[in-house]
Amino acid sequence: MNNLALKELLYKMADDQLILGHRNSEWTGFGPLLEEDIAFSSMAQDKVGQSLALYTLLQTLGESDPDTIAFTRNASRFHNCILVELPNQEYDFSLIRHFLFDTAEALRFEALTNSAYEPLAQLARKIRGELRYHTLHANTWMKQLGSATEESITRLQKSLEAAFPYALGIFETSPYEAELIDQKIFAGEAALKEKWLARIESVIHQTQLQLPDWKTLTPVYGGREGKHSEHLQPLLDEMSEVFRIDPTAEW
Amino acid sequence: MYGGGNTFEGIKTDSLSQEDPVKLAAFEARIARGEKIEPTDWMPQLYRKQLIRMIEQHAHSEIIGALPEGTWITRAPGFKRKMALMAKVQDEVGHAQLLYSAAETLGKSREQMIDDLINGKSKYSNVFNYPTFTWADCCFISWLVDAGAIVNQLANAKGSYGPYCRALERICAEESFHLKYGHHCVIYLASGTAKQRQMFQEALNRWWPPMMHFFGPSDKISAHTEVLMRWKVKMGTNDEMRNQFLDMYVPKIWELGFTIPDPNLKKNTETGKWEYTEPDWEEFKRVINGNGPCNKERLEVRRVAEARGRWVREALKSPKAAYVTPLA
Ligand SMILES: [Fe+2]
Ligand SMILES: [Fe+2]
Ligand SMILES: [Fe+2]
Repeated sequence: MNNLALKELLYKMADDQLILGHRNSEWTGFGPLLEEDIAFSSMAQDKVGQSLALYTLLQTLGESDPDTIAFTRNASRFHNCILVELPNQEYDFSLIRHFLFDTAEALRFEALTNSAYEPLAQLARKIRGELRYHTLHANTWMKQLGSATEESITRLQKSLEAAFPYALGIFETSPYEAELIDQKIFAGEAALKEKWLARIESVIHQTQLQLPDWKTLTPVYGGREGKHSEHLQPLLDEMSEVFRIDPTAEW
Repeated sequence: MYGGGNTFEGIKTDSLSQEDPVKLAAFEARIARGEKIEPTDWMPQLYRKQLIRMIEQHAHSEIIGALPEGTWITRAPGFKRKMALMAKVQDEVGHAQLLYSAAETLGKSREQMIDDLINGKSKYSNVFNYPTFTWADCCFISWLVDAGAIVNQLANAKGSYGPYCRALERICAEESFHLKYGHHCVIYLASGTAKQRQMFQEALNRWWPPMMHFFGPSDKISAHTEVLMRWKVKMGTNDEMRNQFLDMYVPKIWELGFTIPDPNLKKNTETGKWEYTEPDWEEFKRVINGNGPCNKERLEVRRVAEARGRWVREALKSPKAAYVTPLA
């Protein structure tokens, strides 16, 4: 098994979960209703927990401990897609991102339940239930707000269009695609993207929203190789503010 | 969390003379027997009014209380703390939700309560009008403000209004985890580097006066609330609650080697009561009337969140609404 390929896969997944978990947690105390504060916090806890599980797998492959990995790297060493690092903005953007990302995330882990890398397959099976709740939550809200009032429909449509090029960036391929597919570790980004489009489309069709013409859009790539927007480094600085006071201290 | 009996004002009992004396006597007898009053039971207007006021204040304290700690979620050092703090603050928001529901059983809607919070008509615990400058301030809240809240809440859980008592039972179970988490954080600071110890000592110095205020004005100067005690709305005097807190936590703070910034603080071995420098009650009044260091900021956050979320709540009124909450 190619460890570099495997590590690359684990890093990008772990970083996605950590960064979006962090963003979701920023809704605590600010949600449009208490129930959504609580929902976004639950999803944040799940995502940060999943990132921890993935960093722990990386540790078994010879990387540093999860706290060091998560709290001391600079942005250029993070492999998350740019979609997850964008600021929360209004609730419509956060919801659209949650829908677009979590649909991909659920499909990715679903595919990984059959991974030849057994520890990852086990983890994927273990968190299946959590992920199902996230997509159920996203789909319910999309259907609700995507066909409710003129304002809610207009807002969601605008955010859908703004987020879509970034969402296509989830599927930026790695230099190791062929090996991962060959060794049956992961079915690959192209296959995932195809399934994702079908899922997204089927939910959008149950709303009054229009799916953007994705073939004409330029995907926003770069995140997977450490080229990020201006939003990631400040997020990381904030995240590590206390940790960096003394990285050798126990908190 | 919760800042209990501190915001009762003088009670005007005039309205009681308009209540049916037979029903009133039966109501008081039920409470004296330890029965719980349920939403559809007869109750005096004054009882209803005071309970709404108290439960509503408690709910507001939970949702406002989520803010000073909430700002540390994104900065918590390490996975263990980050995940625990997220869960803790989420619990606090959940407490608000439970308490708003309990208050709604008395006839005031959540929207109305939140409006009254935002327009300054109803109060919340004073302690959340102080800033959390460092991680250690956040740890102080998780441990000691929650500890104070538990003292109040355990007492209130023995009160007379059924829905409030049941909400409090659930809340207290979660609060005991918060307390454990907070204590754990402080133990790590206490047994850590010199810098960490200093961080907590400084937080303790900042938070001690608001912590003493937390239980409300001393019995010598606070409003008379005998009728509320008789009706088991208020379950103990402010000084009793404060004394209980000092008794349980001062030894623990000392045990960790920290200094409490009050040279007069000591337990009188004869009376069994704690003695301390009288807190500055003028400062307390200033803060509760809206002029504390963070009052404006806290309410502004709430106001902005409500305004930004309005379109979502409007959209939910559409008939197809079906709400799904992810499992916590
Ligand atoms: Fe608490
Ligand atoms: Fe609470
Ligand atoms: Fe939870």
